[in-house]
Amino acid sequence: MGESGEGLGREGRLSTGMIDKIVPSLEAALADVSDGSTVLVGGFGGAGVPEELIDALIAQGAKDLTIVNNNAGNGEVGVAALLKAGRVRKIVCSYPRLADGYVFERLYRAGKIELELVPQGTLSERMRAAGAGIGAFYTPTGYGTDLAKGKETRVIDGEGQVLEYPLRGDVALVKAERGDRWGNLVYRKSARNFGPTMASAAKCTIAQVYETVELGTLDPECIVTPGIFVTRVVKVPRKKQAAQVREQAA
Amino acid sequence: MSYARLTREQIAQRIANDIPEGAYVNLGIGMPTLVGNYLPKGREIFLHSENGILGMGPAPAPGLEDMDLINAGKEPVTLLTGGAYFHHTDSFAMMRGRHLDIAVLGAFQVSVAGDLANWSTGGDAIPAVGGAMDLAVGAKNVWVMMEHLTKSGESKIVSRCTYPLTGIDVVKRIYTDLAVIELTPRGLVARDLVPGLGFDELERLSGVPLAPSGARAAA
Repeated sequence: MGESGEGLGREGRLSTGMIDKIVPSLEAALADVSDGSTVLVGGFGGAGVPEELIDALIAQGAKDLTIVNNNAGNGEVGVAALLKAGRVRKIVCSYPRLADGYVFERLYRAGKIELELVPQGTLSERMRAAGAGIGAFYTPTGYGTDLAKGKETRVIDGEGQVLEYPLRGDVALVKAERGDRWGNLVYRKSARNFGPTMASAAKCTIAQVYETVELGTLDPECIVTPGIFVTRVVKVPRKKQAAQVREQAA
Repeated sequence: MSYARLTREQIAQRIANDIPEGAYVNLGIGMPTLVGNYLPKGREIFLHSENGILGMGPAPAPGLEDMDLINAGKEPVTLLTGGAYFHHTDSFAMMRGRHLDIAVLGAFQVSVAGDLANWSTGGDAIPAVGGAMDLAVGAKNVWVMMEHLTKSGESKIVSRCTYPLTGIDVVKRIYTDLAVIELTPRGLVARDLVPGLGFDELERLSGVPLAPSGARAAA
């Protein structure tokens, strides 16, 4: 933070004693996403994908986006829907080849989308580096392979390593289970995946949650993403899992 | 003499029997996932999944699938008592930071120098790497599980990989449908050949120099 207090955003404002990062709607949460943004999108396969935020981003209309996600969408939901709507210029991911990843495949083969393929751990670590203020790092992952072509390398402790740079987002969209008005988050099972790292790596992190809870409800020993990494929280209705739907139908 | 190749299930069984109690293990997508079905009962082994699970259990009973609890292949799994969830960067720290004892990976080719090619066959397929390169360099022991020969009969153990590399000098051991091959500083050593398969025939099929495991003991 500079001497001017840049980023504080508190000058001239009255103290309310009531910081509230919970916004009333998906529209409000995404209102300021601009064209050309780099958007980090949580999720691994279908787990932890912030589908409601993605749908709202499509409705919001931002275009020329760079999307960072482990995959490149499946079916026509989530990231695939965003691709299908023609809003994405480039995707940075580790595994775009999914059984039903046809939306990406069509765009890719037609030359309508740029792909930056990154080993999954390097993808995650590059975002961690962005969130942690690390300028760059060396990793053995990818050394001597096609994915290290054109990158600086160095032998450290007798082992070939590749220089990798941080991957920052303008916006991160993450899915958590519960959040409070300070932006503290907890997740559910393996839906946590990229959420915490992406939350730390973007200028503006927006979390969708199924429950908002009073301050103090989340056990401080168990908060996974502390609110400092979170800009806004928006509550979305819980979707029934396939198992629950089957139970009810039975 | 005639011999029968091992089925995928039999290879998986061999590997499962070789995993010691207390090992932290990642089973790659595809054939290696089968190994999880044959872990000896009563032996505590920690299965790791790249998407943030340690102590991963088997598939749930039908109707109890929870799509927030999936493995690297995106299939529903369960968590054993004592298991843990964690985020991706921690998960890959386990992989890249040399904390996993064993990664069992599929392969298109393995070279005599231990180079691994398992993420791409080149061509015009959509490129996808996932966590393959992280596991290849990060696990303390990379074991490959694969058929010995391609469908057209070429050895998948080669003097030099022709497919794009996943990692250089990373493979320690190969389990195939014909034998187990150890990659040692003195070269490739074959053991546990399927009954009826002679060493000379295995070496001929492999197309690379091998040593029988007895020879290593004598050396």
